[in-house]
Amino acid sequence: MDTLVFLVAAGLARGSVLALFAISLVIVWRAARVVNFAQAAMAVVGVYAGFALTAATGSYWLGVAGAVLTGALLGVLAERGPLRLVPRDNPLPGMIVAIGLVMVLQAGLAIAFGAAHRPVPAPFPQRPLSLGGVPVLSPYDLFTLATAAVVMAGLAWMFGRTSLGLQLRAAAFAPETSRLLGVRVGRMVTIGWAVSVAVAALAGLLLVPTELGLSPHAADILFVQAFAVAVIGGLDSPPGALLAGLGVGILTSLVTGYVTAAAAPLAVLGLLTAVLLVRPAGLFAAREARTA
Amino acid sequence: MSELILERLVVGYGDGAPVLDGLDLTVADGAVVALLGANGAGKTTLLRALAGLTPARSGRILLGGTDLTGLAPEDRVRRGLALVPEGRGVVVELTVEENLRLGALWRHRGAARQRALDEAFELFEPLARRRHAAGHTLSGGERRMLALARALIAGPDVLLLDEPSLGLAPLVTAHLLGVLHETAARTGTTVLLAEQNVTGALSVADRGVVLNLGEVVADRPAAELSGDPRLRHAYLGF
Repeated sequence: MDTLVFLVAAGLARGSVLALFAISLVIVWRAARVVNFAQAAMAVVGVYAGFALTAATGSYWLGVAGAVLTGALLGVLAERGPLRLVPRDNPLPGMIVAIGLVMVLQAGLAIAFGAAHRPVPAPFPQRPLSLGGVPVLSPYDLFTLATAAVVMAGLAWMFGRTSLGLQLRAAAFAPETSRLLGVRVGRMVTIGWAVSVAVAALAGLLLVPTELGLSPHAADILFVQAFAVAVIGGLDSPPGALLAGLGVGILTSLVTGYVTAAAAPLAVLGLLTAVLLVRPAGLFAAREARTA
Repeated sequence: MSELILERLVVGYGDGAPVLDGLDLTVADGAVVALLGANGAGKTTLLRALAGLTPARSGRILLGGTDLTGLAPEDRVRRGLALVPEGRGVVVELTVEENLRLGALWRHRGAARQRALDEAFELFEPLARRRHAAGHTLSGGERRMLALARALIAGPDVLLLDEPSLGLAPLVTAHLLGVLHETAARTGTTVLLAEQNVTGALSVADRGVVLNLGEVVADRPAAELSGDPRLRHAYLGF
């Protein structure tokens, strides 16, 4: 029982980071109809910037701000630069550009900072606190969960309650109709990219202290799992990404704890396959629209 | 101050022959003009060119003396043009209220926006009952109503309507055209109405313009067009 509680709690912490990263993929997919394969590389560039800022100033919070702003800036640059140059009537050219960006960014990071893992200290202790004698979550896990919750609530508020969010959603769903209503669709796509990569950079920043450390490939596994999460939840659905993220986090934690760590990726792929067989559009994809 | 002038407008798709080849048309401020013609006459193309969705190859579009020709659709909207496109004009993923708010965004702020929404719900009572329903759950008539309400909420100087009655029951059509007529008379909005429902369109319009293969073949007062059997037969086919 103690093991179960511990594994579920650890899975929740990991799952919240997964969900955050998956939501960043959902945001950019909705805004630009691109699966951004460069999300991990771009996020890691942001993490490096945050890491450098923390090292220079000694402030973790300045590092967080630096990572998020760098992520947003990278999102803007990618969308205004290479992605504007390729045809956007089908998703393939955008994906190929994104894969090219991965190579450029990861090679660039390796040239600038070296390919080795740099240890990144967590801002809070990572020893699990005990709850009635059972080790549950560490202060850092709690910080991760709280940050993810605050960011997701903020995103839900922004998309659901503000004029900007309304324009972002309209531009994503119906670009031509939105233009006829005076929405600057190009600007909305750029903002979508900025928000998306900023969120991804934050997820990357939360992840690195719990892993081997910072390297150009530090977020690769996170991307693969988060992509699976986004597809399981339905690429169009932020709530789907949240629930699937927590679910996959707990699943991998349970499989790692009760079976072996090597089986965890297989469990995720198995779940992905099962979901795609039963609901190819994902668990929380929008229902068929009324057409008459 | 919203006279709409088209000067030698040439519009086409891809590198094909132009659909509109040197079209001249003047729509006076506050006029309600019915744009008539068979399928392929160029009605939709003309409206899309006016809204900026299909850029003109040459010629000019002037609204109240301002040249709109080089502007993007979103900037033309901000200068007082509104297009209700044929069929799928509603953002089906958003609710009725969100669709309306989207239409009001750039025109109204704060309390004025809420007032504009309330007025729209008053004008289109069936929409008020479905305020929080997602667009994809609406019927065809409700969608057309919503698209019209959303265009009117921005208080456009010139309203362009593409086949508002297509596929609708006669009663619904009569309601839509009635609201349109009443609003145009009350606000002085200039209206350009493309319609295949000739009788309905001419009943609310002051003027009828008949297009055939991209050219204006008749431009008469509405009453004259619908009242004279010879004109009707020659240009409208009934």
